Amino acid sequence: MTRGIEKKYVQLLRDYLAGQGEDQLYDAQQLGKWLLLQDISPEEMIDLHGRALEYLGDVPEFVRASFSILTEVMIEYGNEHRSVTSMRSKHKQFQSEMAVASAMQKSLVPQELPVYPDVEIGLVSVAAKQISGDYYNIVTHDDGRLCLTISDITGKGISAAMCMSMLKYAMESLGDMLHGPDEMLRHLNRVVERNIDPSMFVTMLFGCYDTQKHRFRYAVAGHEPGFVYRAKEGRFYDMEGKGMALGICSDSHYQEYEVHLDVGDVLILLTDGVTERKIGRYYLHRDELVSYLEAELGTSAQVMADNLYSKLLLLSQFELPDDYTMMILRRT
Amino acid sequence: MAELYPETIKIDSVADIVAARQVGRNMSRQLGFGTIMQSRMATTISELARNIFLYAGEGTITITPIEREGAIGLQITALDAGPGIADIRKVLEDGYSTSGALGAGLPGVRRMMDEFDIQSALGEGTKVIVVKWRS
Repeated sequence: MTRGIEKKYVQLLRDYLAGQGEDQLYDAQQLGKWLLLQDISPEEMIDLHGRALEYLGDVPEFVRASFSILTEVMIEYGNEHRSVTSMRSKHKQFQSEMAVASAMQKSLVPQELPVYPDVEIGLVSVAAKQISGDYYNIVTHDDGRLCLTISDITGKGISAAMCMSMLKYAMESLGDMLHGPDEMLRHLNRVVERNIDPSMFVTMLFGCYDTQKHRFRYAVAGHEPGFVYRAKEGRFYDMEGKGMALGICSDSHYQEYEVHLDVGDVLILLTDGVTERKIGRYYLHRDELVSYLEAELGTSAQVMADNLYSKLLLLSQFELPDDYTMMILRRT
Repeated sequence: MAELYPETIKIDSVADIVAARQVGRNMSRQLGFGTIMQSRMATTISELARNIFLYAGEGTITITPIEREGAIGLQITALDAGPGIADIRKVLEDGYSTSGALGAGLPGVRRMMDEFDIQSALGEGTKVIVVKWRS
């Protein structure tokens, strides 16, 4: 500790003892902040106070001796202080590693959405924390097929991110060899089952949309299927679909489902971060979600997805406890 | 420092911990360490000696005045033939120090000292050597 601090402290103490004003107390508080910035430990502060007293008058021996006890106790506080400082720098390092992981994860999903003359795609995917447990993908094929994946990986953070890259590359390598979505999930299940921790699993909806025939063929693995809006009837229907989540059982089989979209029909795919949401004291009801979807029907797929996200975020008081992904396909 | 010699204190009771602290404090005062550093030295000795007492049952603390390239310092060596530490990196992590397990308090010791060395083998024992230089 420098002489300067000591002098400053003695002066402050002297001023305070002369008048006992709130001014000096305020200065002392500010000094505390500054001393912390200078990394002055609690025990050094005790020592400083002891030395300062010697400048101000005759210090009784018992007061002087009592500082030894105080110092000894404060060393433990000092250790804790030093430990927090070191943890803080480790935390910073950890945060920057997380930022790298987060950026890497973003590179696993498509950077832009494909454009078709009579099909609109809207997408909102937001991570609750830095790393998302939701995975989605949109892959276009030369034959006019548009393959969509929407998926939720149990657990969040690094384990989800690592699982996600496995999903992406497994799907890419399987992609060209397979026939239907049911086959895709069956193979993917075997990859996932063999390679992830038994405590984890993945829910997924995978499907291919034929942009010529406007037919969506899909299969479901433990994933909540979305909605289909029928413009002619002005009604929403739950998409059908059942199947075991990926990674649970090595020989799961999946069924293929099909929906056909007419002009004005809308397909809404989502993860449970959209539906499992607390609004005040109760959970969002599926019917309510449908009514919010209904309110946005006149807009483009992207505006619809954006508005719905804002609406739900507002309803849950800007809390996003789970990763949120919604994909909207609208035939125009 | 001609009159200062290394001292070894056998540790197998709380009284021994206190005795070791006293030797360390006196020696650091004689070497010209400030009051805070004297107390930190005593705390360091406490932590090392308590680890011996609580987990190995017995061992020794050796306090040695040292001189290297004109610098004056104090070296403390804690030696025991106890259970040993399985994962040294773990005990040096912050947060572990509150667990009360073997090796607790070592992160604090490491930060108070200038040099820190630890060797440990399971079933064979642990040796910790720390040095503080007089600034």
